[in-house]
Amino acid sequence: MDARESSGSAPAQKATRDMYLPPERRKIADGGAAHISAKEFSVYYGEFEAVKRVSADILSKYVTAIIGPSGCGKSTFLRSINRMNDLIPSCHTTGALLFDGQDVYGKFTDEVLLRKKVGMVFQKPNPFPKSIFDNIAYGPRLHGVNDKKKLMEIVERSLKKAAIWDEVCDRLDKNALGLSGGQQQRLCVARTLAVEPEVLLLDEPTSALDPKATAKIEDLIQELRGSYTIMIVTHNMQQASRVSDSTMFFYEGLLVEHASTAQLFTNPKDPMTEDYITGRFS
Amino acid sequence: MNIGTRKILDRSFTAVGIGSIVVMAVALMIVVVPIITNGIGAVFFTGTVEHRKMLFSEFKRGDSENLSSEVASSERYRAKVYGMLTGFEAELETMAPEKKAEYKTKYSEVRTALQALLGPLPGDQEPMLTRFKYGQTRWEKAEEKLHDLLYESKWDNSNPEVMAKEYFVSRAIGFEGTSLVKLFPYVKDNLDKMLLPEFTVYWGFITDSSVDSHFFGGIWPEIQGTFFLAIGAMLFAFPLGVVAAVYFTEYAKPGFLNSMLRSANSTLAGVPSIVFGMFGLAFFINTLKVSESKSVIAGALTLAIMILPTIIRAAEEAILAVPKTYREASLSLGSTKWNTIATVILPAALPGILTGGVISLGRAAGETAPIIFTAAVSVGSAIGLADVLSSPTPALSWNIYNLASEHEAAAQIRHVQYGMVLALVSIVLMLNLSAIVLRARISKKLKG
Ligand SMILES: Nc1ncnc2c1ncn2[C@@H]1O[C@H](COP(=O)(O)OP(=O)(O)O)[C@@H](O)[C@H]1O
Ligand SMILES: [Mg+2]
Repeated sequence: MDARESSGSAPAQKATRDMYLPPERRKIADGGAAHISAKEFSVYYGEFEAVKRVSADILSKYVTAIIGPSGCGKSTFLRSINRMNDLIPSCHTTGALLFDGQDVYGKFTDEVLLRKKVGMVFQKPNPFPKSIFDNIAYGPRLHGVNDKKKLMEIVERSLKKAAIWDEVCDRLDKNALGLSGGQQQRLCVARTLAVEPEVLLLDEPTSALDPKATAKIEDLIQELRGSYTIMIVTHNMQQASRVSDSTMFFYEGLLVEHASTAQLFTNPKDPMTEDYITGRFS
Repeated sequence: MNIGTRKILDRSFTAVGIGSIVVMAVALMIVVVPIITNGIGAVFFTGTVEHRKMLFSEFKRGDSENLSSEVASSERYRAKVYGMLTGFEAELETMAPEKKAEYKTKYSEVRTALQALLGPLPGDQEPMLTRFKYGQTRWEKAEEKLHDLLYESKWDNSNPEVMAKEYFVSRAIGFEGTSLVKLFPYVKDNLDKMLLPEFTVYWGFITDSSVDSHFFGGIWPEIQGTFFLAIGAMLFAFPLGVVAAVYFTEYAKPGFLNSMLRSANSTLAGVPSIVFGMFGLAFFINTLKVSESKSVIAGALTLAIMILPTIIRAAEEAILAVPKTYREASLSLGSTKWNTIATVILPAALPGILTGGVISLGRAAGETAPIIFTAAVSVGSAIGLADVLSSPTPALSWNIYNLASEHEAAAQIRHVQYGMVLALVSIVLMLNLSAIVLRARISKKLKG
């Protein structure tokens, strides 16, 4: 923690972004390099261009919020990063999307390995109809961890990271579908963390939750900030400003503005962004 | 539509709905009640000393001391009948020839009726067929045979306008003036002492082999054959069906070939079962030569082909009903497609797949036509597991038909037919019930 807070050795670019943050949130030590970068990246559903020639750098270890009106391509962009769009037969892409400098849609990219590094939490909590333990252990087991003790360690660590350990530690063998919506969503975060990803994609993770559960998820994102590159799609502007370091504003498939959160919400460059964040359209 | 009309419509629909359910319930009762009441009679009935004799000598069951005292007691009463017979035979010898001839046929009818009632009479040759070695084993049958002894059945053909009518003439009248006339009231009054009826529970009906083509004994070979065929069919059809369903839902690219295969599958589900029977004979036995002639394996394969479309469809539906979010969750964790199918989709689809499977198992157990040419024989003993590759087997569905329509004495063994029907219905119901229970339990486990 100390190392992270004393951010003296960090690159200059990072320092400028952290400048906007209150001191307790300045904990990004080695962030600031582009973890994911899009270059003229478009996503099509058949003929329809849902994401239009987007160019952007998603910085490592930062929380990046994606905002924009419904249907503007937020989910499409997010899901193209871990290639969940592959499930839709009509979907294809042009341009380049790089993850760690590797082309995500390259000929030799193994999407299974990619998804291991780029975890995702969905809008609706989607635990498996299995026990809490088996839910968390699902990923590690897939990737070859079978030792019971080691699995238990991973499960405990992941649940603690997702701030749900105290609530479920005495019923790990119970079915996960018995948890409340908010708990299920944190369980899904824990399940993703158990695979030890580098990137966490959250697609409106709180839109199906009540305010109390939402607050818990937001706290959780704060906790995870600085350890993972996080991208969160949200409808809620307050949420974006609360949890993120930088924000992308999408409108009808176009990336209108991408800036540090503080700047985008206090001093937007584009009039369309201003209209949106002041609620003139939504 | 105004509120009054709406209410009338709702009410009349409710009435029609309830009415149709009541009609269905009544129809079901009409079918099921006789099956149960008659079928139970195969196990629970009033058995005679002949039944106990048969059990002892054919199945080595029962207490020999008890039996011999029973036999001794019944023989005491029978001795008098036998005495009357010898007395009358002596009397016959003293008669004038034409009178003698007249009585002789009547007398031989009486003897036959008595043999049917009590078993072989003294002086008879040891019968070759087991069915003639014993008298009536069941009391209600004994009463029928008693009627045959007391009355001669005649047909009234006097009016050519109407069908001939049966009427009965007392045999005793025919022997008026001879010593035999006393035999009829004696047998009538002392039949219970000669046959010693008592309430019998014969579980052996389920576990015994049949003796002399179902005159005596039980239906175990048929029950076992039914299980062998149905389970054998499942062993082939279930894995194949699930694999095919996974292919159709997960791997097949939408296109002409795929939709052709799917509609072929749907059509196959509606093909009459006799067609599968013919196909099984032509393909498995004559072409592939899985066995020289009828065998359990050929029948099981034929049944498997018959139930395959149903299993595929049920499994497909179950797989498609698995929420898309499970698939997304699994893939997003870095799971391969195959792993997702094996560890998430199939477990979640399991209740539906199993239900389809067990219902198909019930169908395989109940179908007759597919096994007529491929596996079923009308009489036979229970076969060992090692013989399934080469031996045919009796099976409930086929033997019910066979015993009711082709057996030489179908009317004598109604209780066996009903017993088999009840056994088959129970097996199928049990399978369906277990499907429901299984489904409920797995669903509960999945829902938490
Ligand atoms: N599977 C799909 N097939 C075709 N069009 C789609 C599909 N999913 C989304 N779209 C379209 O792409 C656009 C962007 O959708 P999406 O990314 O879900 O928007 P958002 O998440 O910002 O609300 C919308 O116009 C939507 O109708
Ligand atoms: Mg969306």
